[in-house]
This record gives sequence, structure tokens and C-alpha cells, in this order.
Amino acid sequence: MTVTSTPPAHAAAKRRRPVSDWWNNLPRVQQWAVLIPLVVIIYLLPVLNPPILTTQPGYDFATAMFEVSRYALVAIGLNVVVGQAGLLDLGYVGFFAIGAYVMALFTSPDSSLSKLPFLVVLPIAMVVTMIFGVILGTPTLRLRGDYLAIVTLGFGEIVRLLADNVTPLRGNRGFQSVGHPPGTNADGSPLFSNTNGTPWYWLCVTLIILVLLLVGNLERSRVGRAWVAIRDDEDAAEIMGVPTFKFKIWAFVGGAAIGGLSGALYAGQLGFVNNQKFDVVTSMLFLAAVILGGAGNKVGVLLGAVVVAYIPLRFQAIAEYKYLIFGLALIILMIFRPQGLLGARQRLLTYGRQAYRRLLGKGEQVSSDGSLATENPGEKV
Amino acid sequence: MTHDLGSLVLAQGDSWINFDVDSFLNQFWSNTIDGLSYGSIYALVALGYTLVYGVLKLINFAHSEVFIYGAYATWFVFYGLGFRPGATAELPIFELVGFLLLALIAAMAVSGGTAVVLERVAYRPLRKRGAPRLVFLITAIGASFVLQQILFIWRGGNPENSIRLLRNDEVFEIFGASVTNVTIITVIASILLMAGTDLFVNRTRFGRGIRAVAQDPDTATLMGVNKERVIMTTFLIGGLLAGAAALFYMMKIPQGASYQGGFILGIKAFTAAVLGGIGNLRGALLGGLLLGVVENYGQSLFGGQWRDVVAFVLLVLILMIRPTGILGESLGKARV
Repeated sequence: MTVTSTPPAHAAAKRRRPVSDWWNNLPRVQQWAVLIPLVVIIYLLPVLNPPILTTQPGYDFATAMFEVSRYALVAIGLNVVVGQAGLLDLGYVGFFAIGAYVMALFTSPDSSLSKLPFLVVLPIAMVVTMIFGVILGTPTLRLRGDYLAIVTLGFGEIVRLLADNVTPLRGNRGFQSVGHPPGTNADGSPLFSNTNGTPWYWLCVTLIILVLLLVGNLERSRVGRAWVAIRDDEDAAEIMGVPTFKFKIWAFVGGAAIGGLSGALYAGQLGFVNNQKFDVVTSMLFLAAVILGGAGNKVGVLLGAVVVAYIPLRFQAIAEYKYLIFGLALIILMIFRPQGLLGARQRLLTYGRQAYRRLLGKGEQVSSDGSLATENPGEKV
Repeated sequence: MTHDLGSLVLAQGDSWINFDVDSFLNQFWSNTIDGLSYGSIYALVALGYTLVYGVLKLINFAHSEVFIYGAYATWFVFYGLGFRPGATAELPIFELVGFLLLALIAAMAVSGGTAVVLERVAYRPLRKRGAPRLVFLITAIGASFVLQQILFIWRGGNPENSIRLLRNDEVFEIFGASVTNVTIITVIASILLMAGTDLFVNRTRFGRGIRAVAQDPDTATLMGVNKERVIMTTFLIGGLLAGAAALFYMMKIPQGASYQGGFILGIKAFTAAVLGGIGNLRGALLGGLLLGVVENYGQSLFGGQWRDVVAFVLLVLILMIRPTGILGESLGKARV
């Protein structure tokens, strides 16, 4: 198949992702050799404050970087639900809000509950959101596709309306001086303050790396394969003996926990929680990050989150239009590239393709871009 | 409406939900009647969801924006005629009817146009590519964003306060509950519009096309039905009804038109559609009226701020317990 007269378009179609193929074929050691400097640079970003990337003078760069990393964490969490298990969740902001409120309730002096340190509340926030994940998931995950989307949307709205109306949650007045992690500077002022984003950014990036390792391991495990099976064809998965309901709940709860974690971080950094910022629009922005980047692809959703969070902060002039732009981007992307900027990578199919190539000496075109194709991706109307 | 007629608070102290049974019982009939007029607005919007769902199996998320565009059209017609928010104009009956009809036509035209453009720009390219259903849904979300933000950028975040041409006067009483002229107009006009739609879908040639496509798009195409035209008509009808609903909304509901105003109403209309059985025209009417009434009962029982919560909880409950709705039979299975 390596005839010289092959037109370039054909060649491009044959090897669609040279970068990812090259990366996957590298030995582990070389992968680390590339990754470690990259991670170091990522950590150093707020300190370096690179001239073109910087969001100053409009917005403090370290805080902006924390915003971006917070979105990245949310995107990884939502990706578990939407990208890997194929469950369209429009109420993800509900979990985010629960995480933020748990943090506020246990650490703010405005709350009547007993005060606990930030680091103790962080796991509590995750556990509480996981419980809510089970509460929401158990009855609703029997629904499919768009019905599930609507139920989760309703759930997100219910959480928001509860925050509006339940007296102990203090509605618009909110909670002041929410807790932050321990540690002080040399002059005794707290290390994690809401004026300095750098320590928060480091904390968040560390958490992202931990969560990525965890989610990556899950992805390669039995659980991850079950998720892919459910995403691609739920009925087939069920028939082949995958307990779909159980794995859907797991995906939901896992995603919820990450959402709660990022909500708690958000509350801590801002130092203030009230009923604003937990509306459906925020939920859609989270979803936009995942879909833009490429649902099901971890690198993709990180890219999507960076785009969604960074662009409005960097280009303040267009910040007002960010929802318009992301709405248009969603429409255009769905028409021309429904798999997102970086499509989902399915290792199983890649292995299959390699085996096929080796056996017959030629490459078979196996599409691996059906990340959102829950039914008949190839169906032409 | 007042809800503090000697409240009997069952749960005392710091509790955050008060069961105001007294107010619920006192205002039962006025809530019912008020709920019916809210419900008929929901039902009109719900028809748009149900028609599109029946034909395309798509939850048209952007339908709430189609509705709110109609509301803005109404507002601009009234504003252009020289009326301003706040005061209610005293008009001779002839002029009043003329102005209301003008606003109705403008709202229906704008909403219908928006729906058709939406279909053309966002959904048709997807159909050409045979995209899976979730791609449609995400596009719908994107379209809803775009339509909303266009309004926001153009008119800002503050709602346009309703302009009233008609004072909400009591016409007669039933069981001590007053029935106002706005309620009567809303309910009767909605029912007429819905009956018209029902006749159109069930009695005309075009309606048969809609039902055929809903039942089996491929076979319908083979039988000579122009699928693209049917889909466009479906969106158009949904848009026209949403426009009519927008006029009644501006006459009845106090909030006025805001760029986000469509969202809550859209979800409620969708709830109504699901409650009646999505894809079922008469179900939309039943679901709308039922939702309006239940919501009003909930409001008087728990307090005004819980109104939307009642609707959302109802949505989640129906979807969990009976996703096919009360009248499960869909547009595609409707008898000829």
C-alpha cells in the first residue's frame, strides 16, 4: 500500500494521528523523558509568567492559571461520565456546588456546624458528593441518552434552587472566609490566600496528576473497558455479560467525586460561597470543555478545559462573548468534527488494527472516532 | 396572589419548608384556575417539543429560545405602538383586539422564523451527515446558548418589563375564585390553537406526512413524502405555537422577557410534554394543564420560592417512574 502515486489526502486518512501513534510507540523511559520536563514547565508557569501567555494586566496570571487548572480538573471528572461511560450529564455543576457548599459549611465561621480543617473537609466533600452521586444515579441511570441528560439537568437546577431557598445555605449572602490549606509564609501570613493563586495552582496541578494517574489506571482496567463497551453499545455490553448498571453508577460516582473535589478547591480559593455561579450555564461551559477537546480523550479534555478557561481570561475583550463563542464552537464542531479537537483514542481498536496489519500485511481502516456514537454511528439518513 | 392568610405552620422553628395547609385549602380553587392559565401557556410551548421529538427523536433544547424570541417580538410591537412598561393602557375594545392580534402575528412570525432558521442552520447539516443522537442534543445546547447570548449582547441582562394592554379584571367567580379576562383569553385561545394543531396533524395531507415521518422516516420517504419539508413544517408549527405562547406569557406572567427567561419555561414545557407523553399532541395539553395546576398547589403549600422546585422534582419523578408519560401513545403510533 505504499505506492508513490498515492494522493496526500489518502495518506493522511491512513495515518490519522501521527503524533499519538509516535507517542504510543515510544518506550516508557522516553515518554518519561519528555513528560517530566513538560510537567516541570507546567508547574513553573505562574512563576515564569511568560510574556505572550500572560493574562496581565487584565487578570492576575497565577490566579488565571488556577482557574484553568480548576477547569481541567472538572473536565477530567466530567470526562469519566460523558467521555468514557457515554452518559450525558448536564447537571455536573450540581456536584461542583455540593463540594463547594460542604467545604463552606464545615470551615466558614458563618456556618453553625463545627469547624474542621481544610484538609479534613476535602475528603468529606468528596464523600458527600459521592453519596449524592449514588442518590441521583441509582434511580436515573436506567434512563438513556437524552432522557438522562434532562434528568441530570433537572438535578442541577434542583441543587441550585435549594441553594437559593434553604435558609441554612444562606442564599445570596453566602459564607465568608471559607477555609484554606495550612501553611504560612515567612512573615506569618497564610500561604494559601485568595490573593495569591500560585500555591493553589500547584495544589490543583498535583491533584490533577494524581487524578489522571488514577483515572488512567481505571481506564486500562476491567472497569474502563466496561465503560467503553457501555458507551459504544449498551445493549450489546449487557448481553455480553457486562453489569452495565453497576459500571454506570461507578462512572457517575467517580465523576461526582472529582466534581466535588474541584468545587471544594474553588470554595477554598475564592474564600466565599454563595448561590451564584452554580447555574446551568456553568454546567454547559464544563460540558463545552469536554466536548470541544474530545470526549473520551484525557489529553483532549485537558486541552478543551484550557481553551474554555484560558481564552476569556487572556482576551478580556471577548470575555463578554465567551458563551456565544463556545455555543457557536459547539455547533460548528458537531457539524464538522463531532469527535472534538482530539478524538477518543481506543486502545483496543488500535491493538486490533496492529494485529490485522501484521497478519495480512495491510492496514484496515478501523474508525476509532465514535466516542459519542451511542447508536449506529455509520447510519446515513 | 397572597399566600399568607393565617398560616398554619406544621414544622416550627428553623425548618426551611413550611407546609401552609391553610393557604392551600383556602386558595384551592383560585390556584386551580390560575394553574390552568399557566398550564395552557406551558402546553403551547410543550407542543413544539413534542412535535419535534415525535418526528426527529430530538429534544430541541433551543425551543425555549424560540419562545423567548417571540416574547421579545411582542414587547417590541407594544413598545413600537407607543406603550411603555408600568402603566396599563385604557383602550377601546376594537383597538385593543387589533393590537393584540398584531402582537400575536409578530410573535408567531418571529418564533416560527427562528425555529425554521435553527433547523436549517444547525440540525439539517447534521442530518445530512447522519450524526448520532447525542450530537444533535449537543448541537441543540450550543444553539440555545447562541440564541440566548445574541439577546444578551443586544439587550443586556435586565429583563424587559411586561407591557400590559389589558387590565387583569375579574369577569366572574367560581367557588369564590375569581376568573379574570386574561385567564379566559389565555385558556380559550390556547385550546383553540391546540385544537387547530391537532386537526392539522390528524386531518390534513401534510399532517399525514408528519405522522408518516414520525412512524418510519425511511418508508415515508419511499412513499413519496418529502421528509425535509415535513421536518421544516414541524419546526415551523412548533415555532408558531411558541410565539402565541409568548404573547400570553407577556400578558400573564409578571417577570417579562429576559434573555434567560426561556430556560425555566422551556424546562417546564418539556416537563409538561414528558408528563403527557412526549410525541403525543393531546398529551402535551394534558401535561401542560396538569403541571400548571400542580405547580400552583405546590406554591401555595410550600411557599412561592418553591414553585420551580416542584416542577423540577415532578420532571425527575415522571422520568423515573413513567418515562412514557400519561398518554404513552406517540405521534408515530397515532391512528389515522
